[in-house]
Amino acid sequence: MLCQNCGRNEATTHIKRVINGATSESHLCAECAGNLGYGDMFSGFGLGFGELLGSFFGESPASPSAISVETARCKRCGNSWHDIVREGKPGCAECYRTFFDRLQPSLQRIHGKIKHNGKISSGSFVEAQAVKTPEQEKNEKRAALEAEMKKAVEEQNFEQAAVLRDKIKELDK
Amino acid sequence: MNKWYIEKGTEGDVVLSTRIRFARNLDDYPFPSKLDKKGKSEICALVRDALTGDGDSGFGYIDMNTLTPSQAVSLAERHLISPEFTTEREGRALLLTEDESVSIMVCEEDHIRLQVMKSGLSLNEAFDIADKIDNVLDSKLCYAFDERIGYLTQCPTNLGTAMRASVMLHLPALTATGKISGIASTVSKLGLTIRGAYGEGSSARGCIYQMSNRITLGITEQAALDNLSAITLQIAAQERAAQSLLLRNPAEEDKVFRAAGILKNARLLSGDEFMELISLVRMGTARGVFDFPLEKINELIVNMQPATINAAHGKNLEPSERDAIRAKGVREVLEIRC
Repeated sequence: MLCQNCGRNEATTHIKRVINGATSESHLCAECAGNLGYGDMFSGFGLGFGELLGSFFGESPASPSAISVETARCKRCGNSWHDIVREGKPGCAECYRTFFDRLQPSLQRIHGKIKHNGKISSGSFVEAQAVKTPEQEKNEKRAALEAEMKKAVEEQNFEQAAVLRDKIKELDK
Repeated sequence: MNKWYIEKGTEGDVVLSTRIRFARNLDDYPFPSKLDKKGKSEICALVRDALTGDGDSGFGYIDMNTLTPSQAVSLAERHLISPEFTTEREGRALLLTEDESVSIMVCEEDHIRLQVMKSGLSLNEAFDIADKIDNVLDSKLCYAFDERIGYLTQCPTNLGTAMRASVMLHLPALTATGKISGIASTVSKLGLTIRGAYGEGSSARGCIYQMSNRITLGITEQAALDNLSAITLQIAAQERAAQSLLLRNPAEEDKVFRAAGILKNARLLSGDEFMELISLVRMGTARGVFDFPLEKINELIVNMQPATINAAHGKNLEPSERDAIRAKGVREVLEIRC
């Protein structure tokens, strides 16, 4: 159906008015709907982008549970978890660290998985090295053993390769 | 020096340009929306010194507050800054190379928005340039980074690589044949988004679209680039086939020649009419109907946007004055050659 106002674009906004029992309908394209003042019809639902993200962060912005007893605050910007939910965004980088556990489910919903796999900032790399998780240590060890095993196979040193293979198996247990 | 968009790049008949954008933040400061003017100014100075401290870096420094609204919007029309960056200019700065291929917005949504533009399809080259500049900044500034979730950005949708790679595509035939909505839903399943590059809302003025990666966490930069590149090549091939098919229809061919006729003769051209007609002429040129350099058309599309015309004339013109200037500018470029 074409827009009743401009007659050019596809009508995407359909307005039904009931005044004193008499019903009238209008069909408008997005542009004309905006020009005629129907563009902000949906604002009543409270779906600004910040709030949309806020609801991603687990709690509905208006729900009483959002004003739960929450004492933890970000040591850099002073944001509480409630502030982040209300604004739909963290105040600083430290917020991500302070509230990581609470953010995790929302991040999972946005991205699917939570494991950075790209470029690593040089300054942070040193820090990252210092606080390796057992999982990471295992993975690194495994990668090193695999490389060694590959090299042994290439050099046709099969005995050594078999020893390394057993070590990898041991690690995977 | 020639601006980057004046060159014709690989796959240039369909792909107008490539853009790589990194979002970065400094660990010691709250995000820009939580910063006062003083904090923002400090960050502007830190970024400027990190980049230009070692002598000639090739970057010019622009305090956004010193620009007129037209000059600022013109930068957005050339896709050097975001439209949002023009609205509130206090405490914000732009670092820009002379050929306008590299721009760094300071204190936009994130502290640093580094962007590299190349003509045509050139994702890896653009990425390498961005990567090198990022390394320089990284060595001098303390970036906000977390090994689990990557670069920490204000908007959680950018976490991870915080890289947005995009290509600007001219898809008149896929638009005319109604295939574009199908493509939009397909690419969204492949982790990409496509939307109109000019103007607000979903309608794509001049059939020019921007396609970019959506996923940033859990995927390497290279994988995101490869994915975008492969799908761009497929869409470009489909667009070419659709253009050839479309132009075999006499009625459609007629539209292209009429569009050229109007552009070569009109005395008044509104922005919308210009975009509609130049899109047809560009398609004709891309398929060899007209013997004319495509890059001249790309340049026209950039230079004939409203605020860019205003900025070039140093004042706010009435729309009717602009329409006359636009028509004249278009005639000067197209008259002699095609």
